[in-house]
Amino acid sequence: MSSVIATPVPPPPSRTLLQRAPDLLLWGGVFVLLAIAFGPAEIRKIPLLLSNSANMREMGQGFTHPDFTDWKLYVAQMWLTVQIAIWGTSIAVLAAVPLSLLASRNITPWYIQRPVRFFLDMVRSAPDLVLGMIFLVAVGPGPLAGVLALSINTSGVLAKLFSEAVESIDRGPVEGVRATGAAKLHEINWGVIPQVAPLWTSYALYRFESNSRSATVLGLIGAGGIGQVLFDSLNAFAYSRTAAIVLVIIVAVSLIDMLSQAIRSRLL
Amino acid sequence: MTDAAVLSIRNASKTFGDRRALDSVSLDVARGEMIALIGPSGSGKSTLLRSISALQTIDPGPGVITAFDGPVQKDGKIDSNVRQTRTRIGMIFQQFNLVGRLSLFTNVALGSLGRISFWRAALGMWPQETRLATMAALHRFGVSDYASQRANTLSGGQQQRGAIARALVQKAKIILADEPVASLDPVSARRVMDILRELNRNDGLTVVVTLHQVDYALRYCDRVVALKAGKVVYDGPASGLKTEQLIDIYGPEFEDVFWEGAPK
Repeated sequence: MSSVIATPVPPPPSRTLLQRAPDLLLWGGVFVLLAIAFGPAEIRKIPLLLSNSANMREMGQGFTHPDFTDWKLYVAQMWLTVQIAIWGTSIAVLAAVPLSLLASRNITPWYIQRPVRFFLDMVRSAPDLVLGMIFLVAVGPGPLAGVLALSINTSGVLAKLFSEAVESIDRGPVEGVRATGAAKLHEINWGVIPQVAPLWTSYALYRFESNSRSATVLGLIGAGGIGQVLFDSLNAFAYSRTAAIVLVIIVAVSLIDMLSQAIRSRLL
Repeated sequence: MTDAAVLSIRNASKTFGDRRALDSVSLDVARGEMIALIGPSGSGKSTLLRSISALQTIDPGPGVITAFDGPVQKDGKIDSNVRQTRTRIGMIFQQFNLVGRLSLFTNVALGSLGRISFWRAALGMWPQETRLATMAALHRFGVSDYASQRANTLSGGQQQRGAIARALVQKAKIILADEPVASLDPVSARRVMDILRELNRNDGLTVVVTLHQVDYALRYCDRVVALKAGKVVYDGPASGLKTEQLIDIYGPEFEDVFWEGAPK
């Protein structure tokens, strides 16, 4: 040990100004952006939240007396929204499985993987609402437009998440399967899928949760379900009915969250 | 390749970055041999085994690897019929490489993937022959009680015996074992080595095993091939390996670190 003591203890690591420059630039940039966006985002109007208290009070009164006379309609429409989410998510999962494998670096050669990734980025960048509008024109107003809008966006998101799961697998078991003389499809089926199955299921359930919320919003533009009822009652300033609808949505979405969380925690 | 040779490696080289993992290695393995590949970490033992099963390519050039009568890879390209060849070579890994979430039974049944029809294999509809062979292999190695358990719930020794059972279901004629006992406790390690030896003696399988522990190599194998910096520096009977050669291979610390028994 004497040789260790003989040399002087080196000083703790320090960073020069040049090394810190990227950090400073990044933080400076963030603050400059916030300052520029202050005006256009109308942040200075925040006090309106309090000064417009008359409107808020009226709405608040409605909300303290929810009107559940039409509860059967609300529950039926909520169920419709959930069914839109179920089909939208399921179609997306079916599309995401092959797409994600094609988008994974460790499975697919780069000249296929890169274009598929790019395609997925494009698909993901289209918001549900815009897709919803397009499908409203294509298939007419109603739930199917909502299903299609959800499935396109969700398949982009899920394919990306699925492929990240595939890229982080342990390659050992895959090599174990490959060494038996298995075909590529068998390697995927027996070496890859069992490793990613819990994560994939978890992601799919999570997207189902968030799709139940998105499907509500899609109702606002005419894709059917509880969102449409909510939109109509808000337009009629019927705050008591709106309150009842909001409560139905909150309860339903919370139930779905709890259910899927329970399933997910058992999976992992 | 001589008549009895089942494996032939000619001038195989492999470079990772600027490191030579294999430097023009040539080696013939005759049917029924049990060979230990020894050498310090990074000497190219694993690279050699992985190249034989074409889990990785060797460098383009004169290198050729042949198993049975078919080429495995040459000139840096894996042969298109390699899957046929792989079915006859069982590979055992240090980390067992079973699929953790599948049952031990399914893992072992996967050994038949290259033999049974494509769709049966894809759907896991194992033929009766595979089912019987799987249970027989598990029973033989004393792990049939765990057939329905997920592989990742089993101990290292149990998993490794499952991996050997998979090679048996595969009907492999050659077993390549890459550090099969490096992750095991001494009792499990000895059990796995006994199994490999038994497969070699009773079933006539050809076994090539890389080992960290020199004493295992000397105790279980008839022929020892030593690699150092990607080159074959010893190839001969285990009894011919002298302490000086081992010191030359492993460096002067050899006696402190590895020594458990003098070579006979």
